Amino acid sequence: MENKIDWITLLLFGAIVIFGWFNIYAACYDGSHAGIFDFQTKHGKQLIWIGVSLVIALIISLTDPHVFSSTAYVIYLVIIALLVITLFIGKVTKGGLSWIDFGAFKFQPSEFAKFATALALAKYMSTLDLDYRLLRTKIISWIIILIPIGLILLQHDTGSAMVFVSFLLPLFREGMSGRILLCGVVAAVLFVIALLVNKYIIMALLAVIGLLYLFVWLGKRTRRHYTWTIVLFLACTLFTFSVDFVFDNVLEPHQRDRIYVLLGKTTDTKGTGYNVYQSKIAIGSGGFAGKGYLKGTITKADFVPEQETDFIFCTVGEEWGFMGSAVVIVLYMCLLLRLVRLAERQYSTFSRFYGYSVASILFIHFFINIGMVLGLLPVIGIPLPFFSYGGSSLMAFTILLFIFLRQDQERTKPV
Amino acid sequence: MRNQYQDRSSVIRLIFIIVGIIFIVRLSILQVFDGTYRELADQQALRKVTQYPARGLIYDRDGELLVHNEAVYDLMVIPKMVKIDTAHFCEVMGISREEFDSRMNKACRYSTYTPSIFMKQVSKEEYGSWQNQLYRFHGFFVQQRTLRIYDKPIAAHVLGYVGEVDQNETKKDSYYKQGDYIGKSGLEKSYESVLRGVKGKKIMHVDVHNREIGPYLGGAKDTMAVEGGNLYTTLDAELQEYAESLMANKRGCIVAIEPSTGEVLAMVSAPCYDPNLLVGRVRGENYIKLLQDISKPLFNRALQAQYPPGSIFKVAQAMTALNIGVITPGSGFPCNKSLVGCHNHPSASCVQDAIKMSCNPYFYFVYRRVIQQGKYKNIYRDSPYGLSMWHDYMQRFGFGMRLPIDLPSVMSGNIPDTNYYNRWYGAGKWAFSTIYSNSIGQGEVEVVPLQMANLACIVANRGYYITPHLVRYYGPDSTRNEEFYTRHETGIDPKYIEVVAAGMYGAVHGAGGTAHKADIPDIEVCGKTGTAQNIGDDHSVFISFAPRNNPQIAVAVYVENARGGGGSWAAPIASLVIEKYVRGEVKRKDFERMYRDAAPCQKLPLARTGKKKKK
Repeated sequence: MENKIDWITLLLFGAIVIFGWFNIYAACYDGSHAGIFDFQTKHGKQLIWIGVSLVIALIISLTDPHVFSSTAYVIYLVIIALLVITLFIGKVTKGGLSWIDFGAFKFQPSEFAKFATALALAKYMSTLDLDYRLLRTKIISWIIILIPIGLILLQHDTGSAMVFVSFLLPLFREGMSGRILLCGVVAAVLFVIALLVNKYIIMALLAVIGLLYLFVWLGKRTRRHYTWTIVLFLACTLFTFSVDFVFDNVLEPHQRDRIYVLLGKTTDTKGTGYNVYQSKIAIGSGGFAGKGYLKGTITKADFVPEQETDFIFCTVGEEWGFMGSAVVIVLYMCLLLRLVRLAERQYSTFSRFYGYSVASILFIHFFINIGMVLGLLPVIGIPLPFFSYGGSSLMAFTILLFIFLRQDQERTKPV
Repeated sequence: MRNQYQDRSSVIRLIFIIVGIIFIVRLSILQVFDGTYRELADQQALRKVTQYPARGLIYDRDGELLVHNEAVYDLMVIPKMVKIDTAHFCEVMGISREEFDSRMNKACRYSTYTPSIFMKQVSKEEYGSWQNQLYRFHGFFVQQRTLRIYDKPIAAHVLGYVGEVDQNETKKDSYYKQGDYIGKSGLEKSYESVLRGVKGKKIMHVDVHNREIGPYLGGAKDTMAVEGGNLYTTLDAELQEYAESLMANKRGCIVAIEPSTGEVLAMVSAPCYDPNLLVGRVRGENYIKLLQDISKPLFNRALQAQYPPGSIFKVAQAMTALNIGVITPGSGFPCNKSLVGCHNHPSASCVQDAIKMSCNPYFYFVYRRVIQQGKYKNIYRDSPYGLSMWHDYMQRFGFGMRLPIDLPSVMSGNIPDTNYYNRWYGAGKWAFSTIYSNSIGQGEVEVVPLQMANLACIVANRGYYITPHLVRYYGPDSTRNEEFYTRHETGIDPKYIEVVAAGMYGAVHGAGGTAHKADIPDIEVCGKTGTAQNIGDDHSVFISFAPRNNPQIAVAVYVENARGGGGSWAAPIASLVIEKYVRGEVKRKDFERMYRDAAPCQKLPLARTGKKKKK
């Protein structure tokens, strides 16, 4: 039985792409009224990418959805191969080497690694009689995620690598222990606190929390409780003390700077903190109603670097104000929640897992990108899905989304 | 299996929603509740360029341009935005590294965010030499300004000069910002609000490289500068130039007024200076030089010097006494030199002769009649009565008060009243005998030259004056000051003034007159000499008007410390000014050369040689 494609998702997708294009036009607008079909300009090129993406979307809609599940591993391996090739013939752009030149067009394999990994992982998770509780299953699923992460990290593209953390959510949905998510959150919080507060104070605080847990929270205490509390306390302490080491030796200098800027430890509005400072000025100066389309004074004057790609949201903030920015946030929220709802109505583990992967990948981009632009997260250069300028990312996100919509269209109750 | 972990879906949704809410809250803080970003944005993306209006022009009475403008350029800097190759910059601008640093420090001390002047008043040529390089120097831009130009180097004291505002001025009037210009003296000061016009502002949108993108909002928030209004003065440029040339080697002043209108035709204070000296970058240095000059060239003697009037004061005494009725035109008094010194001449049998011969004892008697009118037996009660009446008359002539001329810093002179003497000697302890020196313009009496010229006007007009002024009308609407079209009546009966005028005529043209050197063939001049005693040699003083009937000009001349009395220096100079104005040219060339080239003033600094005549 063939269902109709999900119109709500399609409309949200369309709205975001169109609004995104208008803002790219605004970000590149220099007062000379270049035609919108001038393909030398960025907005002109983006128009081509939108066209190409729509064609891809159409092709996917006409493809037998089973093709994706059956070729999942193949696609995965091809992309892995491309990632490896990129390491050797890649073009160095903005400190990372993640682009392959195809004549006139450049191509970024890491963008496509996202949906490939999602497919492969979904395929693996949907293997018949798979028991996620087995250690072997866990290890294999982690390997599927870690291979692209490793390769992308080798390209010095930390941002894209971080996106793969999003697979924690679908895994969680399929049975991964929630403690891993919790650990992640605790680790992030401890990391930040460790950079700001004296380590011994943190240690004392951890001890107090542990004691409170044992003697106030717990009524009956077993030996197990004591053991675990002590183990956790030691682990947290160790983690806290290792933060400095990680910070100084693992992170690259610009990453350290960006984190310091975020935490307010340095206020260098001309150097490292420049992007975020300008971004906040652009957004903040938009006020409630914005300065009006094509009337932004900051974004029109090139104060914000990368304003048509990673910092595209500045243009929204400046020209459309709080109203427009909130609408964009709400559009993304609707899309994400809609995708979760679609994922939940799938009958096959493959499509459900894949659906969650799509939602999570989009979510982490949205989270990191907007968080960065608003000065809530350190600067991590990843695009805003469907919105930022860029062919590879737009096409990759379109493929990612439409494969899922195609799955959704073909959902059938198991007999 | 499918539904085993289904409730975890809600956890994921919750994560999404929380993040969405955090973002919206953050956005509302940035955009709605925190206003600082708007300011920061304007600060870096908008550049306010003040549009300075051209200062109003100043014309003479015949429409000759006295003061106009030339464009210069101020190189401005916003220290916070400076991004330059300093060595290259210094080379292009032709300054040393040290100079760069000191200028930069000064700019930083003023403000790092708002523009301040880095290099001021760059000429058009110099600006042209680096104009095309300017775009390379982030943080620098140019602002056009205007400077004053004087084609003829005349009337410096009247025109005044323009300078940068000081802190007091910016505090007093928020219109002025540091680096603005303001009239500091002369007409530039008194008509500042007319001449300055209204500043405009242009808001330019600049990009991250400090390049102008275009007018902000298409120029919707810009305001146009309104040009300053012009002044149409009463000065006669030719006469002014001529009068200045006469005073070239002297100290003193000349005030020439058209009696019927109160229009000042020429006002000279010597030594003069070239007004072009106080313009532009050389101003500071020249100003200090002029300020330190012992002959006080910056001091406008015509308005600010308070001299004893000397014998010219007798004109006012005669009119006062006649009008009060304490003497008649035919009153005669003996020339009794034991009362007060005098030169050798026959005793005057009438007012007219007394003025002609300038008899000191005569006016001793006249003044005694005014002060001690016999109202009270006790002279210590009688004298204050007479003095108050006299003081009232003196004020009617414009003495002892600031004549409200349209120039700043005019002095009032001094006409003592009863309070003055009561303070000085104690009430009831003074009488005519204490104060008789006033009768001949010595003693406590002081006047400024403008008041003396005004006295000549009163006689010329036979009884009234119009406040002397320098501007007929100004601005695009030809605005007039009503005060300058109002008659101030002295209340003196014209028939008495006619007597005085006849005396003044006699002084110039009659036998035994004191002012024969003011005699001009074919022009009937009325004049009165004066010799004002003071520190150093006497001042030579002369007031006059001509022609006797329907006078066209009234002139007062002071020549400081010129030995020889009013007739010897001031009278001939006044006669040359009169001839120049009435005839349009001076025919007495030898006479002209002699008095123009002479340098009669005693050298500065002065020793106290003269003795005050007061017994």
